[in-house]
Amino acid sequence: MAEIELRGLVKEYPGGVRAVDGLDLTVADGEFFALLGPSGCGKTTLLRSIAGLETVTSGHIEIGGRDVTRLAPGARDIAMVFQDYALFPHMTVRDNIAYPLRIKKMGKPERHAKAEETAEGLSLGALLDRRPGQLSGGQQQRAALARAVAVRPQVFLFDEPLSNLDARLRLEARTFLKRLQRELGVTTVFVTHDQAEALAMSDRMAVMDAGRIRQIGTPTEVFQRPTSTFVASFIGSTPMNLLDSVVDRDTLRVAGVTLPLPASARPHVSDGEQLVFAARPEYMSFRAEPEPTGLEGVVAIVENMGVGSLVSLEVAGPADVTRIVQVTVPEGQEPEIGSRGWAVPAPERVLLYRRDDGELVGSARSDATDPVLAAARN
Amino acid sequence: MALATSPPADLAPPRDVATDAAGLGRVRASAFVAPGLALVAIFLVFPALWTLYLGLTNYRLTGIAAARPKFVGLDNYATALGDQEFLNALWLTLLYVLGSAVIGQTILGFVLAWTMRTVHRTVRTVVESLVMLAWILPSSVVAFLWIAMLDRDSGTLNALLGTPGMAWLIDHPLLSIVVFNTWRGTAFSMLLFSAALGAVPPSQLETARMAGASGWQQLRDVVFPHIRGHILTNLLLISLWTFNDFSPYLITAGGPDNRSETLPIFVYQTAIFDGQLGFGTAISLLMLLINLVLAVVYLRLLRERRS
Amino acid sequence: MTVRAVVGRIGFYVLIALITAFMAIPVLWLLFAPFDRTPSLSTSLPEWTWQNFTGLLANPYALTSLGNSVLLALGSMVLVTVLGALAAYALSRVRIPGRDGLLYALLLLSSIVTGTAAMVPIFLLMFELNLIDSQLGVVLVLSGGLLPAAIFILKDFMDGTPRSYEESARVFGAGPLQILRDIVLPVVRPGIATIAVWTVVNVWGNFLTPFILLRSPEKSPAAVVLYTFYTEGGQANLGLISAFSLLYSIPVVAMYVFVNRRYGFRFHGGIKR
Repeated sequence: MAEIELRGLVKEYPGGVRAVDGLDLTVADGEFFALLGPSGCGKTTLLRSIAGLETVTSGHIEIGGRDVTRLAPGARDIAMVFQDYALFPHMTVRDNIAYPLRIKKMGKPERHAKAEETAEGLSLGALLDRRPGQLSGGQQQRAALARAVAVRPQVFLFDEPLSNLDARLRLEARTFLKRLQRELGVTTVFVTHDQAEALAMSDRMAVMDAGRIRQIGTPTEVFQRPTSTFVASFIGSTPMNLLDSVVDRDTLRVAGVTLPLPASARPHVSDGEQLVFAARPEYMSFRAEPEPTGLEGVVAIVENMGVGSLVSLEVAGPADVTRIVQVTVPEGQEPEIGSRGWAVPAPERVLLYRRDDGELVGSARSDATDPVLAAARN
Repeated sequence: MALATSPPADLAPPRDVATDAAGLGRVRASAFVAPGLALVAIFLVFPALWTLYLGLTNYRLTGIAAARPKFVGLDNYATALGDQEFLNALWLTLLYVLGSAVIGQTILGFVLAWTMRTVHRTVRTVVESLVMLAWILPSSVVAFLWIAMLDRDSGTLNALLGTPGMAWLIDHPLLSIVVFNTWRGTAFSMLLFSAALGAVPPSQLETARMAGASGWQQLRDVVFPHIRGHILTNLLLISLWTFNDFSPYLITAGGPDNRSETLPIFVYQTAIFDGQLGFGTAISLLMLLINLVLAVVYLRLLRERRS
Repeated sequence: MTVRAVVGRIGFYVLIALITAFMAIPVLWLLFAPFDRTPSLSTSLPEWTWQNFTGLLANPYALTSLGNSVLLALGSMVLVTVLGALAAYALSRVRIPGRDGLLYALLLLSSIVTGTAAMVPIFLLMFELNLIDSQLGVVLVLSGGLLPAAIFILKDFMDGTPRSYEESARVFGAGPLQILRDIVLPVVRPGIATIAVWTVVNVWGNFLTPFILLRSPEKSPAAVVLYTFYTEGGQANLGLISAFSLLYSIPVVAMYVFVNRRYGFRFHGGIKR
């Protein structure tokens, strides 16, 4: 069993910058867990703290029920794949994969056999005698993975393992990595700044900002119900539509249109309260004819996305400020530029956020010290 | 997984925990640095500082002053600044630096770097190898090569110029060592300028050429603005080195009649050869100060360019 | 082509020819005279012979001095590379307080406290330490002078290698010394080789320090012994001087060629001297 448990973790750098700020997190045994966030949010520091490459200022780290907070990296029974792979340039692929076993004092024939077996499993068999410099990016990545796999650790830590690959290769590597993790069943934490990667690969994910976790959940939960405007705008390959709105008794006024207030939100809002109305472009439909619950605008841009298109509507707002509302349309239904159109939100997919703290309506008032709790309650 | 019951109040991070990449830790890191620094401290820093004190005494290697050196204050400096031979050495050093480094090596180095860009590969390899060879050969060897070259009776130069019996080392000792040092040290300027010229964007040169600029105009308007920093770096470094160059001693030993006696040779003659260590140290200190000024200006420049 | 362009082109090649001649002529003597039956100071094609080299064997100081040069060069090389690499590694990877100031001071020192400017205090220091006429003394002084630049250049090399190599090894459980031996040393080997060659070339050619600090001819390196060959009284033995000069020059030229081939001539501001 190798569950990872972080409690009250703080990493403060000299100068008072808190890269990790009082963080609690549990990663279940065998889980593929993604740490997602913009650069500088503390995700890499968190990963390096789990690895033991950073000494934490306070808090506890347990791996498999063992407190490893003060243990050296090598004593934590983990393996890490770095962003640049860190394959030793003067060693062959075989020696690279066997190096951790050599540290563990395994005999030469044994460790070479093990390295070859692992390499075979990752289709590196033909490349064992090459140096890292003679490998392609994808091969280097697999060699680094093989080195991590060969030690049979309790936990894998991946630091942006796909970011050095080109776009096409990245998709292949994504599938490959996910399957590998599933087969080995080793608890894995991986860091990425790419939300699509996190959604595609993880069992659960945490969205981080400024050293804290803003939301934890399965990719579906995070995608469908972001608990804050921060997460809402960070997740998704098309940007979430976020529009100012006001509660008017049982209705909601958004961009000059009156929509019914969702029943679930009713107990949590008061008349006249300022809210943020949010709907994903994928959860809105485009109509060329007037629609009472549609946001009316002029088609400004149509972007082809392969399957379907993304339509940008210029919607007139209060005080004649125009705003852009984006909506996806299926293949073959692209409107003319300059024509009128109505973007109709799917009522069950509409999300409402409080204007003041950006949290989901109905969530507990953000108690700054414990955002995880807020996330868990939605 | 709520089994762990360790106390919530956390320990302060232990002091000796390694925070560097290899897990070396401060103690071991200091042990790594210490021996090197000790060697530098004893054989580089201490002599420099000791100079400050020694220059104020009448220290000699032998005799009464050797047993009990007396404090003489600024006497040595006063003597030096009034000493004809010292002033002569200072003046000759200035001419030597100006002639061989500032003018000779810089101009020849630039001309080489500029012309070698467009010549055939073979020519370039040959010329650059020769220039490098002059730079890397030991100074005792090159000194004798020039003694042979400039010899009065059977020197190659007289044979080439058709001036038999011309005693270059006796009639023109300073010119001789200036030419010698230009020959010996041009490689550095050539390498530096080649690197600098390589960094001038070809598109800018092509733009100038399309606008109809002549070779000279291209140099002035495109190349020089780019390599101004390199020129300054080059001037400072080679001035510093030439100022401290002892190799003229191997050719002329400062003679005849001190006419090629640069400061390094003067220090050697007075302090080591004649044994006036206090006086010699005072001059050493003056040299160190001049070095300091040149080096500080250079490092300033380097920092500015890096930031 | 216009007449002007032709004249310009001719002028260009005349200039190159003159510079080439200027650079080449002094060296020709070193190539011809050692093999000349009757060497003179002027350069001429030799009447081929090996006798100058056999004469070298008979000279009591010539070969000993080359041995001394090797001793001084290797001694300084070991000291400079080992101490320099250790210091550079620690300075590159560990935040020691005052590190940047220290490096700045080192760089400044190495450029101002030259063997020439500090010749008197160094001579006195060695006199007080009883290290006059000691080869160890020469090695210590030369190493002390070369170390700052060596540390600086090596630190540059170390800074250029990713930390993730060491971190990766650390996560796999390697200890600091293991990491140094298995990862860091092999990775920075080109840098260390450069510094080693640089040290050898510097010490090999250094004249002033052994000239001042050594008294006995049997301890002197080739730089000093060659100088005494052409300054001692009487008719200079040109056969001896030329053959010895060539023999003494070959190692540095060979090392230059080796470094140039192997690593490409890396241009570190003033790596020579």
